[in-house]
Amino acid sequence: MPTYVNPDKCDGCKALDKPACAYICPNDLMVLDAAMGQAFNQEPDQCWECYACVKTCPQSAIAMRGYSDVVPLGASLTPLRGTESIMWTVQFRDHRIKRFKFPIRSTAWGSIDPHRGAPVPDPARLKDPHLCGEDLWLGVDTLPVPEGRTA
Amino acid sequence: MNEPDVEVVETDLLILGGGMAGCGAAWEAGYWARAHGLRTTLVEKAAVERSGAVAMGLSAINCYMGMRWGENQPEDFVRYVRQDLMGLCREDLVYDIARHVDSTVHMFEDWGLPFFKTEDGRYKREGRWQVMIHGESFKPLVAEAAKKAIGPENVYERIFVSHLLKDERTGRASGAVGFSVREHKIYVFKARAVISAAGGATGVFRPHAVGEGLGRIWYAPWNTGSAYALMIQAGAAMTQMEHRLVVTRFKDGYGPVGMWFLLFKGKVRNAYGELYEETQAAALDDFPPYGQGRPIPTPLRNHQMLLDLAQGRGPHYMRTDDALQALTQGMDPKAVREIEADAWEDFLDMTMSQALLWASNNIDPALRPSELTLTEPYLMGSHSSATGAWVSGPEDLARDGYFWGYNRMTTVPGLFAAGDGVGASAHKFSSGSYTEGRLAAKGAIAFIEDNGDRPSVDDGQVGTVIETLFQPYRVFEEFQGRSTKADVNPNYFYPKQGLMRLQKLMDEYVAGLGANFMTNEPTLLRGLELLGMLKEDMARVAARDRHELLRCWELWDRIRCAEAHARHVLYRQETRWPGYYYRGDYPKLDDENWRVFVNSRYDAASDQWSLETHPHHTVVD
Repeated sequence: MPTYVNPDKCDGCKALDKPACAYICPNDLMVLDAAMGQAFNQEPDQCWECYACVKTCPQSAIAMRGYSDVVPLGASLTPLRGTESIMWTVQFRDHRIKRFKFPIRSTAWGSIDPHRGAPVPDPARLKDPHLCGEDLWLGVDTLPVPEGRTA
Repeated sequence: MNEPDVEVVETDLLILGGGMAGCGAAWEAGYWARAHGLRTTLVEKAAVERSGAVAMGLSAINCYMGMRWGENQPEDFVRYVRQDLMGLCREDLVYDIARHVDSTVHMFEDWGLPFFKTEDGRYKREGRWQVMIHGESFKPLVAEAAKKAIGPENVYERIFVSHLLKDERTGRASGAVGFSVREHKIYVFKARAVISAAGGATGVFRPHAVGEGLGRIWYAPWNTGSAYALMIQAGAAMTQMEHRLVVTRFKDGYGPVGMWFLLFKGKVRNAYGELYEETQAAALDDFPPYGQGRPIPTPLRNHQMLLDLAQGRGPHYMRTDDALQALTQGMDPKAVREIEADAWEDFLDMTMSQALLWASNNIDPALRPSELTLTEPYLMGSHSSATGAWVSGPEDLARDGYFWGYNRMTTVPGLFAAGDGVGASAHKFSSGSYTEGRLAAKGAIAFIEDNGDRPSVDDGQVGTVIETLFQPYRVFEEFQGRSTKADVNPNYFYPKQGLMRLQKLMDEYVAGLGANFMTNEPTLLRGLELLGMLKEDMARVAARDRHELLRCWELWDRIRCAEAHARHVLYRQETRWPGYYYRGDYPKLDDENWRVFVNSRYDAASDQWSLETHPHHTVVD
């Protein structure tokens, strides 16, 4: 199910410094057609249908059409991703519709404070087997070692 | 062609690949590097926010001990992995992942990854090792932590790294060279230690769909085996490159089956309603002692399904209808809807195509079963498979020949590996790969501290690589116009055409789908001959633009992985993993002679491979 771009919606991300779909695609597929000023998938048979571009497109201009050699026509699967949850609309070939909503993150975007709570790195511990902050994060008092061994 | 810009980046620790392992390495390195005033740089060919195998999301974390609740201990995990790999794993590495992985998973929750919970506040288990998550944003979350840990200015995106650099005098890793996928520009990274965390290999074998659905394979199509190809070229010892992964998944969409098997207690029945583990139960007796062990190893379950198919009993169906009807019997409608949502979320979090396929075929899983199939082979080190580099383990778990100074360092000084890159250590999945990145980063920082000098980077070596990188442009420029149709030209071929050639020969000669996973010595030798000619012809691979140049170098990655794989399969004279591949000339498992690792080393200067065995040691009884 490679992506396709709706020409009535895609504005080429003129307001951004680069098109959002071209920035995010993990497989370097989405590109801007300079003449048209709109995006397209330059190698549909390498599309994994990961939906990264669909979710990120500010104009909701990108959708999927099932792989031509595999998928019967007529169904659609459409995400609407917010900051805390994602809503999926599944439309069947026979027109039934199902909707699902799932949480995606329980904290604010950008709120991660790396190494929070971990002690100041102690160079003397660089050669021991403990990773950063494991006293805090491991959930047990001591790092396990197999019977008959000591850490 | 214009001369490209060349940017030189001087750093201390260089991390290649921004997937789970690379992000774990960045997070841990950021911590230890701070104490020593060191710079960490991460290079990724795409955007870290959605790169690597977890780009699409995940519905479960498949490696979690739950030590705080006394659910599992590392010893239990080692025994499980050893059984699933039919006797062979680096038990020190597997133990090391297991004892650390819980700390990683707890951090994910603290950062904001939503977990399913039980009434008493524990993570909801899908199976013994698996916990359920709402993982649509798993990768963006992990990316945020990684970027902050090393500073966003040290993250280089859209750069494809094709070659490692080595100090020619000492043999120590000294950096890497790559090209921008967005500009006409080369990057030279000079470093004091390097971590190869650039992913396993898909696309080495011909998949089921070869039309537009070519990209709808189970593992990520952008995982082209860079982690292996970089280390192979640098002469690092590789292990278990004969191993591979073939998995049973929902047909055509390759959606996950774990939740259906483990949580919903789904059964797989053949076209005649039989359970293949019953019709083919006797097949387990052919592979003692692992056939008698439990759980039944992944390759042996594949083997049973293949036998059932060969007897004309397919197709096989996951009986979602039976499972859901049994599960929801007597439930109120709200509870039924929750179960239905869980079933759909399993796909919508990580394999949306499978949900679209259900919708396209008007399948309601509560009313109609879904067909299963076996995938084509993948080369990877994080799932039920263990290809990758031969690395040092941790000192406190050392066995003879398992430790040489720094955790997760390869046999090339200063070159470390993590995630799919590390061999003989399976079942890491997302959380274990992240954990292994952390282990590698701490080892690499220790290496840098112990080796104060900077390794030298030879300008001649860099110049040769730069010259090579853009050769596909020059081929096209020189020969275009020698035919009236650019696609058919006797002087060059495009990377997609080369990919088709690779996939066809691997499928036919190196035990792919089309060969029912069967090969033997004469077949492998012919495959290697064809592969040799493809390697020679790669001097004529042509690129018309930057995107195609990327594909040329990804094809090189796959070819290097393919050759390593074929040579290892040839060397191991037994069938250890039936259902992954069969050596028709050595159809039995031979523990007496072959319960050993097969290690290889490639010498780029002479284009020669050397292979040898290495003993297996136990860490856990």
